[in-house]
Amino acid sequence: MIAYLAKRLGIATVTLVLASLVVFAVLEIVPGDPARLMLGMNASEAQVEQLRDQMGLNAPLIERYLHWVSGLLSLDFGRSYTYSVPVIDLVLERVVVSLPLALIALALSTAIAIPVGLYSASRRGAAGDAVAMGAAQLGVAVPNFWFALMLVYLFAVWLRWVPAGGFPGWSAGVWPALKSLLLPAIALALPQAAILARVTRSALIEVLNEDYIRTARAKGMPYRAVLWRHALRNALIPVVTIMGLQFAFLLAGTIIIENVFYLPGLGRLVFQAITQRDLIVVESVVMLLVATVIAVNLLVDFTYAIVDPRLRGRS
Amino acid sequence: MSARAQTPNDGMASWIGKAFANRSFLTGFLITLLVAVVALTSFLWTPYDVTKLIIADKTQAPSLTHWFGTDHFGRDILSMIMVGARNSIAVAPVAVGIGMGIGVPLGMFAAARGGMVDEALMRLNDLVFAFPALLSAIMITAIFGPGAVNAIIAIGIFNIPVFARVGRAGALSIWPREYILAARAAGKSKTQITVEHILPNIANQLLVQGTIQFALGILAEAGLSYLGLGAQPPMPSWGRMLFDAQTRMVVAPWMALFPGMAIVVTVLGLNLLGDGIADILDPKSRRQR
Repeated sequence: MIAYLAKRLGIATVTLVLASLVVFAVLEIVPGDPARLMLGMNASEAQVEQLRDQMGLNAPLIERYLHWVSGLLSLDFGRSYTYSVPVIDLVLERVVVSLPLALIALALSTAIAIPVGLYSASRRGAAGDAVAMGAAQLGVAVPNFWFALMLVYLFAVWLRWVPAGGFPGWSAGVWPALKSLLLPAIALALPQAAILARVTRSALIEVLNEDYIRTARAKGMPYRAVLWRHALRNALIPVVTIMGLQFAFLLAGTIIIENVFYLPGLGRLVFQAITQRDLIVVESVVMLLVATVIAVNLLVDFTYAIVDPRLRGRS
Repeated sequence: MSARAQTPNDGMASWIGKAFANRSFLTGFLITLLVAVVALTSFLWTPYDVTKLIIADKTQAPSLTHWFGTDHFGRDILSMIMVGARNSIAVAPVAVGIGMGIGVPLGMFAAARGGMVDEALMRLNDLVFAFPALLSAIMITAIFGPGAVNAIIAIGIFNIPVFARVGRAGALSIWPREYILAARAAGKSKTQITVEHILPNIANQLLVQGTIQFALGILAEAGLSYLGLGAQPPMPSWGRMLFDAQTRMVVAPWMALFPGMAIVVTVLGLNLLGDGIADILDPKSRRQR
């Protein structure tokens, strides 16, 4: 178990270092001089050069990389070119939107998918299964931003139950803030739930064919108990894997949904920063998201070891 | 040659028979065919000219003259969807082609060599997977300029590790087989074995994954176009149509309804096709997605 976890941790660290090199290198080759961008087209060559010196853009490549990385490690992400505030402030301001949104969406998607998967797997081939999987098939095909537009039309424009977009901030109270995250969370959750329900069903069906399930049934264990105690637990590995991938997707992949609902989240921050060539923001946020993805995957690996005792012996 | 899976002459015919008896395959095939025909027809004929702006006809509700209504420039939405289909249908296969063309050889190479090469390639795979695909696609298109071609490349790059993984896993399961041992004993090189025996035996898995990535590619392309990073106006694209529709939801909800339905139908068709192929090739298989 220790060896398994150590190996996973090692791989995660290597991936993280490589990722930082890639992010740094990519932004290094991006056309557009940030100093020139800040000063405008009318600035003289000397002024631009002076600002480049000030921003440390003229230092050798390795020095700048190390400076950037050590900054990241001490949570000093530098200052945004366009907003002229520390990047960490921007990030913290946006995380309080993106993180709750991702968590609500994941909770919703799990709350829908696991029961549907269980229901479908236990009634394999029956009409209920066919209907549920038909709906899942449809759900997988729906682009979440189109679904979001339809939700806006129905619940915001037509029924006027919730705001069509924007975010009042948590200072406006928990309920108004949650209310404005509701539609985006549903829009994100439904297609995810469709995928997760299919995975849950197929993993369960696989497990239900195992001998130990028959044994459990043969010794008189009620079907429901078999389903929850033996089948679901054993089917969890693929389900947890997909959930990990989905959480990572939800944190970073909300760019489009945040655009639909005008939510001031991380996705919109990075999207705007890219179009404004605010590279220091792009660098930091992308690196932060990548680190989160790697951390979540590591967490998933650790969960394997907890869920599946067989993995503990292996390295 | 003799080691390859047996395919008698009537194999193809029975395969097609089995395929059309499979409901998923049949439905998916018909939908995909319909979308392809619509896209091809748009080259020859569309109900209205999508390049002509007729402001007098703007945001008309669906009617007998304009089945799906008109947009804010008076363009016929049905015609735009037809032309937009070209775009979606062109982007996804090329992106899948990039992913397969680079990913599969890499994966098979890793499986054939094993050891350090395998380890290094798999770590590289982990690296690409650590970058949220959509975020990176946005970065690539934003940096190198928006447009259909860059969107294809951006989506294609993220198909590479997917196919590398499938190619490697498939190849690893074939290598221990006895007929591979026989081929090695006969003096065939690893490359020869890979091309002659491994590839034909994992083609099925690649085909199934291909349809999945095809569908995902269409969704990704729509997302990029929605953000203004895909095909550029005046070329209609489904994603861009949804963007234009967003601010006009109150006056012209049909502007959002129909392009979205076009995406759903196309993706649904491809997914059903993929499910069907997986069922036919391996009745025991239950696709994960």
